[in-house]
Order: sequence, then structure tokens, then C-alpha cells
Amino acid sequence: MAAPAAPLLTVEHLTMRFGGLVAIDDLSFSARRGDITAVIGPNGAGKTTVFNCVTGFYKPTSGCMVLSPGERSDPAIAQLTASGRGWRAARAGELFLLERMRDFQIARRAKVARTFQNIRLFPGMTVLENLIVAQHNALMRASGWTILGLFGAPGYRKAERVAVERAKYWLDRVALIDRADDPAGDLPYGAQRRLEIARAMCTEPQLLCLDEPAAGLNPRESADLKALLTSIKTEHATSILLIEHDMSVVMEISDHVVVLDYGQKISDGTPDAVRNDPKVVAAYLGVEDEEVEQVEAEIAR
Amino acid sequence: MATQAADVRVADAPRGRAGAIAAAVKDASGTALLALGLSFPILALRTEQNMANQLVLDQRWSYVAIAVLLAFLARLLYLLRLAFAASPPAPRIAAPAADRPALRLLTMAGVLLLLVYPFLALALVGRAGAIKWIDNFAIQILIYVMLGWGLNIVVGLAGLLDLGYVAFYAIGAYAFALLASHYDLGFWVCLPLAGILAAFWGVLLGFPVLRLRGDYLAIVTLAFGEIIRLVAINWVDLTRGYAGISGVPRATFFGLPFEDSDQGFAAFFGLEFATIHRTIFLFYVILLMAAITNWVTLRLRRLPVGRAWEALREDETACRSLGINTTNTKLTAFALGAMFGGLAGCFYVTSRGQGFVTPESFTFMESALILAIVVLGGLGSQVGVAIAAVVLIGGTELLRELDWTKSIFGRDFEPTHYRMLLFGLAMVLVMIWKPRGVISTRIPSIFLKQRRAVRGDLVGEGHG
Repeated sequence: MAAPAAPLLTVEHLTMRFGGLVAIDDLSFSARRGDITAVIGPNGAGKTTVFNCVTGFYKPTSGCMVLSPGERSDPAIAQLTASGRGWRAARAGELFLLERMRDFQIARRAKVARTFQNIRLFPGMTVLENLIVAQHNALMRASGWTILGLFGAPGYRKAERVAVERAKYWLDRVALIDRADDPAGDLPYGAQRRLEIARAMCTEPQLLCLDEPAAGLNPRESADLKALLTSIKTEHATSILLIEHDMSVVMEISDHVVVLDYGQKISDGTPDAVRNDPKVVAAYLGVEDEEVEQVEAEIAR
Repeated sequence: MATQAADVRVADAPRGRAGAIAAAVKDASGTALLALGLSFPILALRTEQNMANQLVLDQRWSYVAIAVLLAFLARLLYLLRLAFAASPPAPRIAAPAADRPALRLLTMAGVLLLLVYPFLALALVGRAGAIKWIDNFAIQILIYVMLGWGLNIVVGLAGLLDLGYVAFYAIGAYAFALLASHYDLGFWVCLPLAGILAAFWGVLLGFPVLRLRGDYLAIVTLAFGEIIRLVAINWVDLTRGYAGISGVPRATFFGLPFEDSDQGFAAFFGLEFATIHRTIFLFYVILLMAAITNWVTLRLRRLPVGRAWEALREDETACRSLGINTTNTKLTAFALGAMFGGLAGCFYVTSRGQGFVTPESFTFMESALILAIVVLGGLGSQVGVAIAAVVLIGGTELLRELDWTKSIFGRDFEPTHYRMLLFGLAMVLVMIWKPRGVISTRIPSIFLKQRRAVRGDLVGEGHG
């Protein structure tokens, strides 16, 4: 790897206001390629809002979010910014300005997939169908935008077989292959969480955004999740952005942790560094400001 | 009848069995009171004109008594059944297999019956009677089956509640009538044009309502349906208003008109001229059109666009997170549904409309009827929609056949007057016993090992 520390996603001066409420206040951070980057913080810190901005579900009030799958070059970013367009095609070196793209374009072109805090599957469709819907854009091209597919063109049938194979691979990975023909709404909670990750992975993302994937899981399921996320990171060209409250998951698997509180970044670094950051401790345990200053002063001394 | 489970349930109630009965009687009395309040102005008092042209008040208290008693008893029995019946069966975990050989056999028999239907009718009731059974029954039902299937794409698959579907039916009909009268085009040329025009208007309506959901979408589509009708009424220069457009050319048998001449269909095939030739031909035309609608819909369900429609109905946000352009997906659903509506409208003019179009044919009642067919049949189910169309349209037509009821209820009794009442009753009953329509299960579009139907309560109804 030429540049192990190359950032895949750079968020700069991101601000999101809802009327008078400032949900995110001038936030900057980056997620490196091949890393698991965790975004943590107390309830209401603005973590999910960051996700919604990155995945295009919210239009940020201001700020810039750059996704650079290839080598990151500042002149190229400046050129794209000046051009007024949202993305640059593959032959010129892919580059995406996420704040200018719509949600489905971010998923389709920039290859950013996400899961939701409150699971959003297609409950009335089977597990397999959920994974086939995730491969919509590839299949749509193969079906000649429906026209060829309507008459059963061999190209489409082949593409569908490939899609089913990919779905089977991911069903195997999340141990749901035996339930492929069951409706997704019938699965137990933990399995629904796994299916949502499998569905996101079927879009072959570069960046996978997971919003509290361990919420509601028992310790065993949590351990399986950790193994799954680590293997996604090592075996696939997918970097992970993770919101999580379960500190055992965060501290064990993430390479880099960003801590938010009241929409601002209060800490940023390796899990160990963050764990020992007095500001983080204060944010989580609710220590008064004077005490924080006191602790900081002591550390400085 | 009281099983162990029922005993437990009754025992659980604070005052036991007697308490349950008392509560049911109390509730039923309330229902009876409500029925009294409702039926008093409708049933009890009736104004009538006597011989001297005076208005007299006719009092019919016995009717009210019957209505109140019926409401009381129905409610009481229903509540007692709820209280004393065995606990409701647990939902089946293993859904029934979708590919049942018996079902396939039944389908094949149905298709066969449809193919020979006109000749069967001809053989059973003769030429004069057959026209009614083919035209009033079969053709009318098939038009509504096609409309139901078209609307099923929008409401059943994509989950977009459209209350103005009749607009596209009207656009198809007027497109044919106007093209034929201004440019002298025949049915077979106008049919695809009417479909394309309706699809175009479907997209045009789709654009402004894309952001709307649920009730708001329903209201705007309802308004659209009314606007099209009002334009047809008021743009007299183009549509000739209430007078309508008449003399639209009838469908030909690939260029051979159905007329009593040397160039006609009958002469060409050496047959004796009869109007029923046209009726039988039109039956096969609409059968083919409906079959194509069904084939296209079933095919699309297995294609990415169809799966995207269903995913859209299940969860629009999740669709967007997977890179599905929900705008285009909704527009294709609108356009396709509108196209089938337009094709049906074009056919209507040449068949049931007898070459005559007026705005009267495209009232909100039609939209409601088509939507009722889709909802009662089961959202998304092709077979369910067909069954509902046969029952609702065929059923109301059958009322015309009930002349013998006059011998029971007197000469003034007109069974067709109770059409809407029975219609409403059927809806209430289906919604009580089958809240998700006659066929509520969903058949998956793809499977790994076994195709198993998805229970109706899991399937989304769409949010608009």
C-alpha cells in the first residue's frame, strides 16, 4: 500500500443547524482508508446527524465532505469545487463532494452504504430479496433499464445469477443462509441487524456507515459482530465508519475514535488515547466544567 | 362449545361469564341506539307525492324496528362469539408453499374456461342472450380486471395511494376519440397512442406529487381525476362537453369492419352477418389486453424495477440508502399504471361505449370502484384483484337478473337499487374477515430453496 494513512473521507468545518438548534458545530475529522473509524459521544451529541450528512439524508448548513477513493490531491479537489459539479468520473480519478450529492447518488456513485439506528429492512420481502434489491443499480444496467429484461435477455439472467451468488456469499457470512426464503420481518432482532449489514455490503461499498450496529445485541452476538466487522475491514476494500455506544466494541475493533459532545469534537485519536482523555471522561460522566479545567491544569503541571 | 381455553378467558374476566354477557348486551344496546339514530331520518320518514300532487309524509316505523333489531342481534352475536370462542389460532409460522399443484390446475381450468367462454355462452343461452353475457358481463369485468391490475402497480406494488386513476382511463378514451375524429385514425393505431399519452400524463402528474405522501398524495390524485373530468366537461370546443364525442370508429378485425357489407368480416369469412361477431371479437381483444397487462406486471415484479417498487412500498428511506433513485422508480410506476388505464380507456370507447365518449363515464365513483377492487382483492395480488373484479362488477350486474325477488317483496322492489348497499356491505365484511384483502399473502419474486408466501401482516402498505 503506497499511502497507508491516506484519508478516504475528509469532513471539514461541517455545521448543521435545525432552526436555532446547532446539531453539529464546525466539525472536522477524517476517516482513513482501510480503517474502522468510530464516532462516539453521549446521547444527543450529533453522531447520527453526522451520518445523515455524510450519506446525504441531510443537506449540511455549511462545510465540506470529500470522499477520495484514489490518491487524494488538493488541486483536484479545488478544481472540482470550482467547477460546481458534485463528482468526477472514474477516468479522471474518482472524487466526490458529498455535500453536493443527493442521498441515492452518494450510495450509487460514491459507494457509501449505511445502516440505520432503528433497523430499516424491507420486512415483507424475503431475506434474499432484501439482498437482491441492494444490487438494484447493477441489475438495472444488466436488464437494459428493464426493456431487455422484460424479454428475458440472457445477459440479465446471468447478471441475476451473479447477484444471487453475491447474496449467498453474504448470507453465509452473517449465518442467515438457512433463512434466505423467510420474510425479513420474521427474523429475530440480532439477525435483522446482521441482515442490514449484509444488505449494505451487497452494494459493494467503499465506506460502510454503521449506526449503532451492536445496539440490542447479546454478548455473543456482539462478539460475532466484532469478528464480522474486522473481517470486512481486512478482506474487502471497505472502510468502516461506526457509531456505537458499546465501548467494548469500539475500543476493541476501531483504529481511530472521534468523540463528539454537543455537536463539537472533543477528542480524536487512537482508542487508548481517547479512553484516557479527561474531556471524554467528563463528557460521559457529566463532570462539571471547573473540575475538567482543574484536571486539565493538573495534567499540564 | 366452551373449550378449556375459552373457560380460562371467561374466568379471567372480572365478573366471569355473566359479566361478559352483560357487557355484550350493554355494548349491543349502544349499537342499537346508534342504528336508531341513523335509520330514523333515512328509513322512518319518507316524503311521497299523492294523486293531488301534494307531498305527504309516509311513516315506516316497522323498517326502523327491523334495522335496530338486526343491528342489536348482529352486534350481540359478534361480541358473544368473541368472548366465548376458543382463543384465536396462533399465526402459522410456516407459511403455505406458494406453488401448489391444485392452484395451478385451477388456474389452467380458469384460463381454458375464459378461452371458450363466448362459445359456451352462445351454446347455453343462444345468440340473443349471449350478447348480454359476453358484453355486460365478461367484457365489462375484464375491463375492470385490467384497470385493477393497472392500478395495482401503483397502489399495490409501489404503495402510492392514487384516488384519481380514472383520469388515465378518461385520457385514454378521449385520446382515441379525438385522434379518431380529427385525424381519421382507426382503433388499432390509436390504441398504442392512447397508452403512450396516458403514460405521459402519468409522468406529468407524477412530478408534482413525488414529494407528497399518504393522505396528501391521495388528495392531489383525487383532484387530478376531477380536473380531467371538469376539463372534459368545460372545454366544449375540443371535447363538446356533456354532449360528448360520438361516431368514434369501431374496432376492425385487422382491417375488416364488422358490418353488413361485401367488405365486412362476415362476408369475408362467408358467414351470415351478426352483431355478435364484433362482441366475441372484442371479448378476445380485451382478454388479450388483460393477459398482456398481467404478463408485463408479473415479469416486472421479477425485474429490478419491480423489486424497487416493492422495496419503495416497504421502506423508502432504505431504498435511497441503497442507491435507488426513488423519483424515477415512482415515475415508472405512475407511467406504467397510467398506460394500462389509458389502454383500457381506449378499448372502452370502442366496446362498451359504443363509439361514444362523455365525461359522465369518468366520475370519482369509477376511481373508488377500481381502488375498491384493488384493496378488497389484496394489495399487490394479481389473482386477488381479478377475483374482486369478478365479484364486485359481476355481482352488481347479477342484481339485474334478480327479477324473481319482486314476487317476494312486491312489484315496487328494484334489486338494482340496493347495489351500493350490497357493495358497502361486501366491503365491510371483507375488511372484518380479511383486513388485507381476499388474497393477502405476498409471493416472493425470487427464492433459493423454496418459494414460500409471505404473511400479509408483514407486507407494507406503503406510505404514499
